[in-house]
Formats: sequence, C-alpha cells, structure tokens
Amino acid sequence: MPRFGEWDQRRARAIIAAHASLEGPVLPILHALLDEFGHIPDEAIALVASELNLSRAEIHGTVSFYHDFRRRPAGRHVLKLCRAEACQSMNGPRIARSLLHELAIDWGETTPDGALTVEGVYCLGLCACAPSALYDGEPIGRIDRDRLDGIVREARGT
Amino acid sequence: MALIKDVDYGTPIRRTEKAVTLTIDGQPVTVPDGTSVMAAAMMLGTEIPKLCATDSLEPFGSCRLCLIEIEGRRGTPASCTTPAEEGMVVHTQTDRLARLRRGVMELYISDHPLDCLTCSANGDCELQDMAGKVGLRDVRYGYDGENHLKAPKDESNPYFTFEDSKCIVCSRCVRACEEVQGTFALTIQGRGFDSRVSPGGMDFFSSECVSCGACVQACPTATLNEKSVIEFGTPEHSVITTCAYCGVGCSFKAEMKGSKVVRMVPYKDGKANEGHSCVKGRFAWGYATHRDRITKPMIRERITDPWREVSWQEAIGHAASEFRRIQSKYGRDSIGGITSSRCTNEETFLVQKLVRAAFGNNNVDTCARVCHSPTGYGLKTTLGTSAGTHDFASVDHADVIIVIGANPTDGHPVFASRMKRRLREGARLIVIDPRRIDLVRSPHIEADYHLPLKPGTNVAMMNAIAHVIVTEGLVDEEYVRERCELDAFESWARFIADDRHAPESVEDLTGVRASDVRAAARLYATGGNAAIYYGLGVTEHSQGSTMVMGMANIAMATGNIGKPGCGVNPLRGQNNVQGSCDMGSFPHEFSGYRHVSDDATRQMFETFWGVHLLNEPGLRIPNMLDEAVSGSFKALYIQGEDIAQSDPDTQHVTAGLKGMEFVVIQDIFLNETAKYAHVFLPGSSFLEKDGTFTNAERRINRVRKVMPPLGGLADWEVTVALSNALGYPMHYTHPSEIMDEIASLTPTFAGVSYAKLDQLGSVQWPCNEAAPAGTPMMHVDRFVRGKGRFMMTDFVPTEERTGPRFPLILTTGRILSQYNVGAQTRRTENSRWHEEDVLEIHPFDAESRGIVDGDLVSLESRSGDIALRAQISERMQPGIVYTTFHHAKTGANVITTDYSDWATNCPEYKVTAVQVRRTNRQSDWQARFYEEDLALKRIDARADAAE
Repeated sequence: MPRFGEWDQRRARAIIAAHASLEGPVLPILHALLDEFGHIPDEAIALVASELNLSRAEIHGTVSFYHDFRRRPAGRHVLKLCRAEACQSMNGPRIARSLLHELAIDWGETTPDGALTVEGVYCLGLCACAPSALYDGEPIGRIDRDRLDGIVREARGT
Repeated sequence: MALIKDVDYGTPIRRTEKAVTLTIDGQPVTVPDGTSVMAAAMMLGTEIPKLCATDSLEPFGSCRLCLIEIEGRRGTPASCTTPAEEGMVVHTQTDRLARLRRGVMELYISDHPLDCLTCSANGDCELQDMAGKVGLRDVRYGYDGENHLKAPKDESNPYFTFEDSKCIVCSRCVRACEEVQGTFALTIQGRGFDSRVSPGGMDFFSSECVSCGACVQACPTATLNEKSVIEFGTPEHSVITTCAYCGVGCSFKAEMKGSKVVRMVPYKDGKANEGHSCVKGRFAWGYATHRDRITKPMIRERITDPWREVSWQEAIGHAASEFRRIQSKYGRDSIGGITSSRCTNEETFLVQKLVRAAFGNNNVDTCARVCHSPTGYGLKTTLGTSAGTHDFASVDHADVIIVIGANPTDGHPVFASRMKRRLREGARLIVIDPRRIDLVRSPHIEADYHLPLKPGTNVAMMNAIAHVIVTEGLVDEEYVRERCELDAFESWARFIADDRHAPESVEDLTGVRASDVRAAARLYATGGNAAIYYGLGVTEHSQGSTMVMGMANIAMATGNIGKPGCGVNPLRGQNNVQGSCDMGSFPHEFSGYRHVSDDATRQMFETFWGVHLLNEPGLRIPNMLDEAVSGSFKALYIQGEDIAQSDPDTQHVTAGLKGMEFVVIQDIFLNETAKYAHVFLPGSSFLEKDGTFTNAERRINRVRKVMPPLGGLADWEVTVALSNALGYPMHYTHPSEIMDEIASLTPTFAGVSYAKLDQLGSVQWPCNEAAPAGTPMMHVDRFVRGKGRFMMTDFVPTEERTGPRFPLILTTGRILSQYNVGAQTRRTENSRWHEEDVLEIHPFDAESRGIVDGDLVSLESRSGDIALRAQISERMQPGIVYTTFHHAKTGANVITTDYSDWATNCPEYKVTAVQVRRTNRQSDWQARFYEEDLALKRIDARADAAE
C-alpha cells in the first residue's frame, strides 16, 4: 500500500538536486517527486522551475502533458483500467461503466471515503488477457465485475 | 493613408553568403542558402497558405496548411520547414494540394466559432483569410462534435484578452514568448484534443507574462486581441512613429481610426526593435488622452493662488514680459531654461536657441545632467564622442557581455530581449550590480559571474578588472599600439598595475570575492567579442565620469571597440536623452558637442542666428537651484521636465523653485514642478507633433503626428511663440525646417533631412558627406578623437558614508511597468502591476528590525525621511535597500543627497546612507506633500468643472 510523504520543500529540493545533472532532468525529477509525494503540487512546479532555471509555464506544460503526473493526491489506492482497443473489444467499457456507476465517481475521481481512485489508461501491453487493469502498480488480467468488487473491498479494508 | 500591412515571409530571412536557385510554380528565384521554400515563394510574391508560420519565429511545421509538392520527391512536405535547394522544382498550387489544404481547414473550422461577423478580428484574421484562400465551402464533420467553443475567456490582462474558444493551437504565441521575448510564460497545456495554450495553468495577470504583446502580435486569430480593438473595431490607417518611453526608440505603427489611436503595433522595419515591443510602448499610451491633460494655458500671480485659464496670447505675452522684467531688474543671467529629453530634437534645439539667442545667456541645461552626463564626458575624453559606440544589432555578434549598473529587462526591455536571445545562443554574461537583477538568473539565462559590489565602489571594481587585464598579460598590444596614445597607455598601465588595484586589495571595499573578479576579467579579455552595456548604476555616482572612462580603458586595452559585438554602450534612459544632449542642451556646448568658447563654432551660430552669443558656459540645473536659493537666479522656463520629482534632494529643489519669482512650465500634465510655477503652457504628447527622437544607438527616428495637439499648439510652436514675444523672431512652419537648420549648423548632422529619414526610415549620426547613410558603428578604423586616450581612474570613495545613524545604503532604480516619474505610466493600467513604490530589503536587515513583508517603514537619510511599504527580497544583499521613484507621493528623492559626479554634477542617486525602521505614519514631508498637492494645484473655474 503506497504511503506518501507530506509536501516538504527541503526533501523536494534534495530530490531535484539528485537528478539535476542528468540530461533532460525534468521527467526523472517529476517521477521522483511523484514517488515521494504521490502527486505534483503547485509548490513542486514552482520549485522545479526555479531550481532548473526554467519557467513555471514550461514545467506546467510538461506536467499537464502526462496524466500520471497527477496534481492532487490520489485515494489510498489507485486502480487503472485499460481503455485501449483490445480491452474495449473485450467488454472493458461496460465493466468500467458499471464500476464507476456503483462508486458514483467519474474517470480520474476518488471515492468520497478516499479509498480508491479510478483512472483510465491507454494500453498496459496486456492485450492477450484483456480487459486488463493495474491496481497499485500490480497488473491484473481478465478483469470482470467480481474481481473489481474484490479490489474495491480490499481498498476499503472491508 | 491606408493601413500598412507588413509582408510576412513566413520564416525568418537568412543572411548567408551562399545562394541557391530554385523554380517555384515555373518561376526561377535565387535566395540565400537556408531560406525556406515558403519564404522563397514569398520573395516571388507567391503566398503559400499558412497558419503556424510567421517570419518573426523559427518554422514549426504544425498547421499542415503550407504543404507543397517537389518534383522527384514523394509526399507533400511543409514549405516552412523545407529549405530551398539548388535546382528544386516546387509546385505550390495543385489539385492534390488544394484537396489536402481544404481537408485540413475543415478540421480547424469544425472546432471554431462561426461568429466572424461579430468577431473583433473580423478583417484582420489569418484563419479567415486562409479559409478564403483554400476555398472552404463546407465542413463535412459538422459543428456538433466535441469542441472548445465553451472555453472560458481570460480577461485578466488589462490590455488584451485570451479567448480560448478561438484558439487553433498553432503555438505562435508560445513561440513568440520564447523566441522573441524570452520570457517563456506560455506553454501548451495537456495533450491531444485537450491541448490548449496556457500561461502556466493560471490567468495571464497572475502568470509570468510581462505583457510585452509579442503573443498578441503573433496570434493569427482573435484569440489574443487588444482590448482596444475589441472596443473600437479594427483601425483604418496607420502612421509610422517612434515610442516616447525609453532610449531603445522602438518604431511603432500607430493604427488609427481618424485621429483616435486604436493600437500601437511594433513596426517590423524599425531598426531598433525589429517588430518587438514592451508593455509600455505597446500598451501604455492611454495617458495621451487622459482627463488629467491640461489643454488650456494658465497663469497665476503667486503659487498659492488658484490657476486661471487664459488665452495662448495672454499666457505667452505674460511669460515674455515677466522674463524681460526680471532680466532688467536682476540682470541678463538671472533667468534660464531647461530642455526636455522627452521632447523632439527640434523642440530641444529651439529651447536652447531661445535661451542662448533670446535670453542672451547660456543658462540652459537638460535632464541628462541627472542621468548620462558622465557618459558624454567620459566617452568624449577617451574616444572622442559623447555617445555609445555600437548599434543594438551588434549584440548579435557578442561572445561576452558585461552588464554594469543597468537592469535591461526592466529599463530597456526590447533590447534585453535581443540580448537574452544572444545569451541563449551561448554568449557569456557578467553582471556587475548590487542587486540580483533578472539577468543574473531567469529562465534560460544565467550569468557566468555576478559581481554584487557595494554601491559606490564601481571604480574600485573596474580598476581591479583592469589590473587583472594588465598584470596577467591580457592586453591586446597590437590594437593599443596601432589605435591608442602610447604614452597615455603606458602611464595608465603602470598606474593600474599597482598592487592597490588588485582584486585582492579591494575585496573588502567592493565586497566581491577576488577570484570572481579575476575570472570575470579573464573572460572579458579572452572570451572573443566582448561588449559592455551600462546604465545609470554607472553614471549616477560621485565618480560617474571616472567609471565611464574606466570602462573605455578596458575596452581599448582589450581591442573591444570598432568591430561588431563589442563596444561601450550606454543604455540611455529617455526616448530622446541622446538627442537632447546632441542638440546643445548643456550650458557649455552647442549642438554636436562643440564648446561655447570655440570661436569658429560660435561665430557660425552668431551669423546664422543674427545675435551675439556668450563664450562662457552658463549655469547647470544644480547651480540654478543653488543660486535661486541664494537669491540671484530668478526665473526659469522648463519644457517637459519634472525636476521637483526627478531631481535629487527634493526639498532643496522645491526651495530653489520657491526662491524664484517666475517659473514657466510647459508640460502635458500639472506635474510636481508646476506646483511652484506661475505660467502653465500645455504641452503636446508624441502623438501630436512631427519631429525626431535619437535613441541610445544614435539612431534618428521620425516622430509623426497622428492627432492634432490637444492644447492647439505643438511644443515647438509654443517655443516659437515665446521667442517671438521676447522679440527674437523665429520663422518655422514645420519641424523639418528646424532639422534643416540643425543640419546646416552641426557637422555630425549635416546629411540629415526629413527627406532622407523618410527614404531610409532612420539614420545613425554621424550622417554627413563621409557617411551619407549614417554610422551604425563608430571608431571602426580610428577613434573619433584620432588616438584613443587612456585616462587615470583613481578610486575616491564618496563622501556619503554609512554610520551608526544611517547604517544601510539606499540605491534607486526603475521597474518594468512604470516609467521614471510615472507621469505617463501612472495614468495607465500599468499601475496594476506596480501601484506604489516599495522598499526592497534583505531578510536579515528586515528581521533585525522586526519588519515583515508589507509593513509600513520609515526610510530616513541625512536629507529627509519618507514612509513606504517594505518588500522582503533576496535580490538584495544585506546592508543594501532599494526603491523606485515612480510615484510622487512616495518622494524617493526626498531621501537622496546633493552629492554629485565631480566632472558633470550628475547626482549620486545610487548611494545614500539610510536607516529603516517600522512606522505607523506618513512622514512630515509626505503630510506636507498631500497638503500642497491640494493647495498648489487648484484650478479656477475650469470650463469642464461642471461635467
């Protein structure tokens, strides 16, 4: 279960410094910040910009390009459902719709109890066992409502 | 007159030696190697449809409209990203291309509002034009699919709107912000269908945007559009003129509806700015028709009386008779005049002519006294001419740039953008400044060395740099031998090699690590073409002139004058401060910097003007004020200058003004100095008259009238009327005749005429028989004075010292959105970026005084005290505080002292010992200011008072 630290300017500065000498350091830094804090807050954008001597707009452009660089903390658990072609053909959309309906959230949203965030993803490379998903970084093949219900229960600790 | 439409080649014009010849639509064309097919076609007059390309930006290849076919090649490449090649055969119009373009256009229009008739860019929209050119008749996809038509509008910037729903995401604005302006405030946010232009995920006003207008200029649709165009509609004619703010002298197209300015658009053919602008010139022109404009002449007997509106005739007649009365009572030399660096060359020339010929004395001075007079003195002494050595374009060839005592991104933004472009290309940068200005570190720019010296130690720093150059064997000996006075060089080299000038010896004095100074000196001397750019941080010191000579010394010693990418270049503050100096505004010089004691020159003027002229210099501004306080100087004619706010030690200035019997102010607003005046003559803004301004690179640019003078007379006409009333008739019907007189009396201007300016656009003086098209770079083969002269530059500390009572040093300057005394910019929306002057203070100094950000603090010096808000800033170093002087009510110059440059009296604005403490009240001076602001600015029975 991923646990993320609260935003910490000094910690963030150290993470940036550790990657700043790489060629094209922005993406590695953003990944490292995401691993540490679970999301990319506004403070991170300003800090990365000033540490790398780039504009805030440039960092915003990069962060906003990649959906993975989420701007707000996710729920305690993250479920990514594949929405690409193979999974679509294997009933993925119907399963996803019914799950979202039951949780009363939309794509990218988190359940009100903060337990689970559901996001779309475009191809996990698991087409052979479509429809597929990724739960807290673990790939899951051939999902159906039952398996998802199990995941929701696990996420809620019930 | 019609609207001037600039030709857009789509991609930048390359300047290469090699040429290639290709055939486009059957026509052969020869272009520089590296030119795009798109630009090559435009050179033939063939416009290939395009949306994401414009010739101020590097090609991008994203809109897919400029497709072409090339014989022998497959596919349809984009013409903007395809370089022209020898023998290439290109077709720009085929059936296949037409189908492709129409298909692309259909996609664009399927997600674009169809409100052309009510759109603010109707008639001025490239998307609309291209839809017409590709023959779009139908959109097969319909308009009901997913779209951005409901995207919210961002109106946060006071001057332009961002209407996202109209955006075609061509990235021109993003690229303009990066390539042209160098601020990088815009980006494309998101991806795929969600890709939108964004100022970093916030609104424009809160973003990093500096409102230069480059994005608005680049936008092909109504997405980024001037609010004035939205309000008034598109303009119908344009007039090329010159900005009246800083010394960069940007050319603008005033785009008009009748005599109403709709917008000011930077002019691509303007040589100083090449199509770029800043927030002041581009947008802050609304002051010209502000309701505070005084348009009726006024007089009063005492300064405590209310003003009374009178006719021009009465005002001029009264002024003339008072000047004559005072002269007959107190003597010929009891009166004088001040010319304006904001007015045209022609107007300035007339005011000094009036003083010399009609007043009959040499008591004329100008505001350059308080800014760049040391530049004039220092560069004339060493190199032979009182002006910068290179044109702005020269910076494109610089390998090393030193910026000393200047803050170009705020003070000279358009030149700063050009400099930053060169820095991004790899030029190295040394910043010598007490503050960490933006150039020290801002997106994509980082100085190799920042030497944060203590204010007042410039000369010690420059000597240390020179010491390293001489003692480490970095002198360009061949250059010095060939071009400079050897005796003077040798004694200077011995002088500067002395250990007392070593970086290590002055470390404590300047506060800068010796190793940094050594490294910077080595970089300057060995890094290739090295250019110095400097500002008032150099000149406004007790040793301003010494410092200017010190810079000239190192430039000569390293051979960095006379070739591109080098030089010693002042960034002049005001639009025409170079010109006002050129025009003979100083008490000791006629136009072209010729001393009044030079008999041949004086006789020439005497013959032309038909009067006897004095061979002794007259009074400088500080002398006039001193003598007014002591009682011998009695009357002053001031054109377009506000000495009560801009000059140092305000209380001394106002005491001087109050000591005079008669003060005539000619200005567009009732300024601070007018509180002490007896006659007010309405001035005219740069939009209301013809003339010329000369910028920092000696470029004479035309100013063209776009509307009639609000007060009925242009400034030059007022001076003519006053001279006539004084009994010295002047006969000019147009400023071009004044320029003809200047040309015939001034060797460096001999070839200048309005006809030539109209033909060439602008010329840089010297312009005469030897250089009929002007002189972009001076001192090319030899120095103007013959051999360059090294000057001794002993460091003498200023007498203004810090101590227990005044432990901090105050230094003053400007910020981007406001301009000088703020008379113009404070009357525009620019104030939204800077509503009041604040005191920048380092966290240490703030903490030890219990000051938090935003506190009201008292700032006190030996001259006086004021109160203003503190802004805690790590730009400052401990021990140094900073403020601006844009707001009269702040009274920054109440604090500054009477110390001045030893050679030219240029005031020492940059060093004042002060104390800062928390306070809860305005200072006594400020309280009095508010009282006098009411008491001394009253106007009786204004006709519009009832409105």
